[in-house]
Amino acid sequence: MMELLIALSIGVLVACGVYLVLRASTFPVVMGLTLLSYATNLFLFAMGRLAIGVPAVIRPDATVYADPLPQALVLTAIVIAFGMTAFAIVLALKARGETGSDHVDGEVDS
Amino acid sequence: MMHLPILPILLPLLAGIVLLLLRPLGVKMQRMVSFGAGFALLMLAVLLFDASLSGQRQVYALGNWSAPFGIVLVFDQLAALMLLVTAVLAVGALWYAIVTETDAQGRHFHVLFQMQLFGLNGAFLTGDAFNLFVFFEVLLLASYSLLLHGGGAKRTVAGLHYVVVNLVGSTVFLFALGALYGALGTLNIADMAVKVAALPAEREGLVMAAGLLLLVVFGLKAALFPLYLWLPAAYANTSAPVAALFAVMTKVGVYAIIRVHGTVFGAEAGNLAYFYAPWLLGLGLVTLLLASLGVMAAFQLRTQVAYLVLASVATLLIAVGLQSQAALAAGLYYLVHSTLLAGGMFLLADLIVRGRGDYADRFDPGMQMPHYQLLGGVFLLAAMAAVGLPPLSGFFGKVWILQAALAHPWHWVVLATVLLGSMLLLVALARSGSVLFYKVKAKPDEADPVITETIPAFGLGMVAVLWLLAAVPLLVVLANPVSAVMERVAAQVLDVSGYQAAVFAPVVGGK
Repeated sequence: MMELLIALSIGVLVACGVYLVLRASTFPVVMGLTLLSYATNLFLFAMGRLAIGVPAVIRPDATVYADPLPQALVLTAIVIAFGMTAFAIVLALKARGETGSDHVDGEVDS
Repeated sequence: MMHLPILPILLPLLAGIVLLLLRPLGVKMQRMVSFGAGFALLMLAVLLFDASLSGQRQVYALGNWSAPFGIVLVFDQLAALMLLVTAVLAVGALWYAIVTETDAQGRHFHVLFQMQLFGLNGAFLTGDAFNLFVFFEVLLLASYSLLLHGGGAKRTVAGLHYVVVNLVGSTVFLFALGALYGALGTLNIADMAVKVAALPAEREGLVMAAGLLLLVVFGLKAALFPLYLWLPAAYANTSAPVAALFAVMTKVGVYAIIRVHGTVFGAEAGNLAYFYAPWLLGLGLVTLLLASLGVMAAFQLRTQVAYLVLASVATLLIAVGLQSQAALAAGLYYLVHSTLLAGGMFLLADLIVRGRGDYADRFDPGMQMPHYQLLGGVFLLAAMAAVGLPPLSGFFGKVWILQAALAHPWHWVVLATVLLGSMLLLVALARSGSVLFYKVKAKPDEADPVITETIPAFGLGMVAVLWLLAAVPLLVVLANPVSAVMERVAAQVLDVSGYQAAVFAPVVGGK
């Protein structure tokens, strides 16, 4: 059940992200990139296999462990995606200021 | 000596940080430090290249954590070759940026330039797939800002496309890495190859899908059809030194394919051995054809050079897709030639732009530009090398690739496409050269803008062009030793078990 839920969430996030990235104005594109990065984070996290209440670092009483590596990867991915989103927003604002439109090709709406 | 492999990563990083702090002291100080660091990097790259010729791989375990638990840097002949090409290109581009004062058009040019080198060198040296992702992000973030350097609406729009396309690419990269980790349980490239060789049959589909996703990402960086549409606008609209440095950016994608796919899905990968090669070859052929048509259709010189970069990358991908040692060696020879040539041509195009006033680099007959003899002569040589006419290095590279292609079942298609592409390039470059240099107006029209009398910093700028284009005759004069080196590099790249043995060797000085 949990597997299905995770798979569906990732699928919906990717679908929405792809749809938004293909839009013609910059704001939905940035939103789409954000959704795509959420989807990748979930996906990377799920690659360590799904488990509930299992420690990732050594504890004397634990017998099963969660894979700590995907958690570290997700942390890195979150930081990078955050920085990239910030950059994309600033760039979108710069494009809006310089071309006078928020169209991705800089065209002024007629 | 033991810490030598990490120095090409640390040097630009430290130089970038120092340059950021030096900003209050003015641009002159920054220029001296930046060029000094670039020159030091070149010296280091020469030293490392010389060290690599012994054929010994050096593995640098970061934090002394042995593979596959820690991240390792793997320094071999291919990495050394890429470092050397990047350093030569960087010195030329930096020199040009400084003498033409392009670096003063915006803030932090030198900082970003060093960060770009940091990311590039890291990507060439790392032996870990996730670390490769991180270095890709470093070099991309620096390239986003460098691309926009100098400003202008056209540059901003081209930059926006470039950024969005690459951000989507990064997402796909993470999906591919996640799937590979889920299926193989490791991200160390050498260890991944071990796991793929012992892969149970039911996992093969998943790993193959992940490998192809990874090919999409590297294909995006290398501008493989149908993922090349971002390249011409981005390269043609940015400033000349940045475009020259970006000549190596597409090669990073090719390098990643050779390194990651060549190792993980190499000869020992069972059913998955070289499964990606037909994709690479087929798409490379389509890219080459479309790039040649793009060169024909370009309205301005810089777009034309951008399409030439695309054509050279396509030729390289074809060489990699032929999956033989001879083809790979030929491809590496062509890589050195095409990277430095493309860098030189972007700088040359910028000198021509500044010599033609308001005509810029559009293919319209304008007034005679200053120094037209020298510019025209150099353009002729560069164009001949780009097309692949004898006696220059492009000819040797292409002949060698075609010779290697004869052993491949698709050799008719490869031969026909590469030769047709070369012919289209020849026609297009002959036309653009004659429009720019022969069809000049004798008298200015009424509507004509003021004629450019001189090109500022022409001599010093030309030094950078000649520095990069010197590779073309040198690769011919030294063709015999260079091709012997390339053969050895290719042999070492294809020796996957040797790579694994080096990575898994016990850490020197470890417990």
